[in-house]
Parts: sequence; structure tokens; C-alpha cells
Amino acid sequence: MSVTVERSTRASRIGAVAGTASLVVLGSLPWWGDSSWMRAIVEFACLLALAQMWNLLAGYGGVVSIGQQAFLGLGGYALFVLADHAHINPFVCVPLAGLIAAAAAFPTAWIVFRLRGGYFAVGTWAVAEVYRLLIANASFLGGGSGKSLAAVRGFSKAVRESTTYWLALAVAVAAVLVVYLLLRSRHGLALTSIRDSERAAASQGIDIGATKLWVYIASAAGCGLAGALYFLNTVRISPDAAFNVGWTANIIFIVVIGGIGTIEGPIVGTLLFFLLRGALADYGATYLIVLGAVAVAVMVKFPRGLWGFVQERFDLRFFPVQRRIRLEAAEATESPGAANLRP
Amino acid sequence: MAGWADTVIQGVLLGGLYALFAMGLSLIFGVMRLVNIAHGDLIVLAAYLALVVVDATGLGPISALAVCVPLMFLFGYALQRGLLNFTLGGDILPPLLVTFGLSIIIQNGLLELFSADPRALRLGGLETQSFRLGAGIVVGQFPLLVLGVAIALTVGIELLFAYTPLGRAFRATSDDPEAVRLMGVNDRHLYALAMGIALTIVSVAAVFYGVRTTFGPSDGPDRLLFAFESVIIGGLGSFWGTLAGGIVLGIAQAVGFRLDPGWGVLTGHLAFLAVLLFKPSGLFPRTR
Repeated sequence: MSVTVERSTRASRIGAVAGTASLVVLGSLPWWGDSSWMRAIVEFACLLALAQMWNLLAGYGGVVSIGQQAFLGLGGYALFVLADHAHINPFVCVPLAGLIAAAAAFPTAWIVFRLRGGYFAVGTWAVAEVYRLLIANASFLGGGSGKSLAAVRGFSKAVRESTTYWLALAVAVAAVLVVYLLLRSRHGLALTSIRDSERAAASQGIDIGATKLWVYIASAAGCGLAGALYFLNTVRISPDAAFNVGWTANIIFIVVIGGIGTIEGPIVGTLLFFLLRGALADYGATYLIVLGAVAVAVMVKFPRGLWGFVQERFDLRFFPVQRRIRLEAAEATESPGAANLRP
Repeated sequence: MAGWADTVIQGVLLGGLYALFAMGLSLIFGVMRLVNIAHGDLIVLAAYLALVVVDATGLGPISALAVCVPLMFLFGYALQRGLLNFTLGGDILPPLLVTFGLSIIIQNGLLELFSADPRALRLGGLETQSFRLGAGIVVGQFPLLVLGVAIALTVGIELLFAYTPLGRAFRATSDDPEAVRLMGVNDRHLYALAMGIALTIVSVAAVFYGVRTTFGPSDGPDRLLFAFESVIIGGLGSFWGTLAGGIVLGIAQAVGFRLDPGWGVLTGHLAFLAVLLFKPSGLFPRTR
């Protein structure tokens, strides 16, 4: 009897090829596509990156924050300060904004990790409000009415749009790949074991505090990057737009409907979110009521979300993070002995 | 000097309102470990309910409570039994996300029904009356009434928890829900009663809130944060702590407003962060 550990699936091998191909097509879009498409895809990429970051935190790490808009907003403002006040190339500022958001996550984590569970979630929101109010009171940042990005005026429209577009594509792909590779590593195993049982994880020698801290900081960096990109795309920022809890509402909708605790889930969720928003855009508040009601219904009735259902029903995994052990006796070749470790 | 004394007194009075906001949140968390993200939106919803009742019946806002309180109690009971009970269990994610979704539904539902225009409840005179307490210190009669009601409700709910069979069941469920189920207590009914009582307090808080300031559909989140900060500042497990936490938050905000009108809410948040930093268990923690 031989034992093999499977770490890839047929779907993941096909998916890698199809994914690469569609990226090549998307990457060439600035030469043949419309600039309104580019703007839409930038927004899509930002939301996808944000959703992946929140999913990493809540879906894999069990750290439920409703204050990730803090890092999104800080990333956005970091871009505006570095580009307009320190006169750094705005495109170079995007990765710097991610670093600044990560740096801000240290003191934030130091405070909010004193709270547990549900109170931690509300605490992160309170801290995001502190950042919003501090910036709204800073007159050199435009106060409550915000400011426009002057630094992009030095670039032609085509250069600005296509560079922003490629950056956004890169950030979205990086967000998916980083989460994927992280979860395939031993750190990912540590993270998911903490989510499933802190006590059991600690008994296996996992440093719970440190693991939660680094995943929180990684998520903050991703949110900062996405925020900088989003406001590079809109060229205007205000505290209410940057630190709006509505960001988190959208992200939660995306992740919950798509399927929390899967990498495919946020991708499916972001697609669905854009489709729904396009279809219901004219209905204003009703659209948000529908969104909220769907999220509540999914959470209560189908907590694994759309992709969780697909995964269970068809065993389809494009991003296999689990280790599947196959015991192959001489005569039996297929799955009767297959055992699944939860991703 | 009298100016600062006045600021602190106004802060204490404001704190009475925050304590009323916080009490329901504290109760729900104490009994079933549920952090209700929609708490602030339920306060705003109750304020609109009072507005509708006042408009329909011609009653004053405080008499309207005779209609609002039973309605909110029933709503709370139904909400808990029909929805929130299904989210309780080991995982913290479902209750948080469901109440977050509920918050979005309530906010946008109110926006649809009542538009974004700020509204207010009128008390017909009392809200503008005050008496002087020495040079430069003026105490409004209405804020004093709010503080008095906050203290009375704190006493009431402490007595309920300490001396009644229902309070005993609440405390027991808080300690060990499974053991309580083994004793033959219907915990689903118990949780629904707790939510009903919480929304009763919310209903009272909402009327005072609506008289004190204008309110709009998007004002819920700030009410939630004030309530939450009062609970954490005061320390978990004690309603007296929650009252004190509300008062500390009120004073911090009043001091901030006096320094700069843009700072009021910010200094409140900073006081909360300071407590979290230096005394993470809150100022007056009590575990029972």
C-alpha cells in the first residue's frame, strides 16, 4: 500500500492555464479596450484585493474586523501626501502606501487585540473612526472636504490610465497568489488551526499572538495598496469616502456570498457584486436592502456561500490549499480511502 | 473655572444618554455573548417609531412610550427567535455578520421610508427649561431627567438580575448555557426575552435621543460606537460600570467640544483607546 499526498487537483492545473491566458488578454486591454473598461476593472481589482485580504483575516484566520477601511483610507491618504507633498512619483507611491498601512497596523493591533471576538470587531471600527476624524481635522489634508491628486497632472491621460490599470491588475493577482501561497505553507496551516481551535493550536506549539499579528499586518498592507490604487483611479479623496464603513459592508457581502474561507469565493463574490450593482443601480437604497438581506440569508442558511456549495457538490478546487492523503492499496486505485483535511 | 465645571456637568448629563444607549448592548452581550452591530440602528429605528406614533396619535413623545415600548419588546422577541437565535453557537462570525447585514437593512429601509432629512421629537417646553446652579453653571431640566432615568433603569436592571427568577436564569445562561438547558430552561425563549428587554431600554433611550438632538437614517453607527465605548470603558459584567462608562465618555466628549467643535467625538474615542491601553478590563469590571 502506498501513501501519496496530493497538493494539486485537475481543476487547479486547468485553472492555472486558463488564468494565465485570461491575464494575458486582460493585460493587453489598454491597446484595444475602452478607458471606461479600464476604470471599471481597476475598481474590480481593488475590491477583489480587499475581499481577499478580509477573507484571509476572517475566513482563514478567524480574526473578524469591520475596520479594514482604516488601512484602505490610510493607504489612500499616504498616496496623496507622498505624491503631492513629498513629490514622489504617484505610481511609486502605491507600494509605499501599502508599507505605510502595514506600519500603522502595528500600533492599531497593539490596541485592538486587547478586545476579543465581537468586541474586537467593533473596536477596529472605532479605531477606523479615530483615523477618519484625525484626518478630517487636519487642514493640510483638505479637512473634511478632502483633496484632489495634483501629481497626476504631469502624466498624459493614456500613461496615467494604463499604468494605474496594470498596477491594479498586478495587485489583484498578487493578492490572490499571496493568499494562496501563504495558505499552502506551514504558516497557513497554523492560521487555519487557530481559527478552528485556539486551544488545540496552542497545544501544538503555535504562537497564537504572533500568527494573528502577522496576518493582521499582511491584510492591512493589502488594504493600503488597494486603497491607494482606488484613489489613484478616482484622483480625489475625502475622509468620508476613504474611511467609510460601507467598504467593509461591500467586502463582507462579497466574501460571504462568494464563500468565506475559500480563495475562489471572493472572486465569484466580486463578479456577482458587480453584476448585481449594474442591474440594480437605479434602485438606490432598495439595492442595499436586497444586498443586506441576501447576505443575512446566506449567512444563516448557507454559511459556506456559493463556492462552498460548489466545492462540496462537485469537489471543484481551483486553489487547493488542503493536503489530500491517498492510500492506494494494490487493487483499489481510486478514492475509497481518500481522506480530506479541511482547508 | 466655572466654565470647566459647567463642561463637566454637561458631560455627565450627556453621559446619562450614552448609558441608556449602552445598557441594552451590555445586557445582550452579558446574557448571550452576542455583539449586536445593529444596536445603534435599532435606536434610530425606535426614534422613528416614536415619531410615527406621535404623529399618528398626537401623544407627547414620552407618553408615546406606552405604545413604543411594547412594540419594540415584541419586535426584539421576534427578531431573536426568528433570526438571531440561529446565529448563536461557537462561531463568532454568523452573529456579527448577520447583525451587520441587519444594520444595513435598517439604515436603508429608514432612508427609503423617511428620506435623509433630519427629524426631531418635540417635548413642548421641558427641553428648553433649566435652572441655575451658581455662577455660569446652568443645568437643563431635560438632561437631568435623562440622567435620572438612566440611574433608575440601572438600579432596576441590577435588581432584576440579582433578585428575580428571570435574572437568575440570565446569569446562569451567561455562565453555562448547556447546564441551563439541562435544568429544563428554554434558552431560546430566554434569549428572546433578553432581546425584548434590551429593545425596551432602547425605546426609552431613543425617545430621549430624539428630543435631545435631530436624528437621521445614517446616525445608527455612531450610536453603536458610543454605546460600545461606554460598555468597554465601564468594564464588562456590571450595569453600574456601563453607567459610569457612559458618563466618562460624555465628559470626554464635552471637554473635546469645548476645546474645538471638531474634536468632541474624537476625544470620546481617544478616551476609549486610553482606557483600552491602560486598563483593558475597563474602569469598573465585575465578573459574576
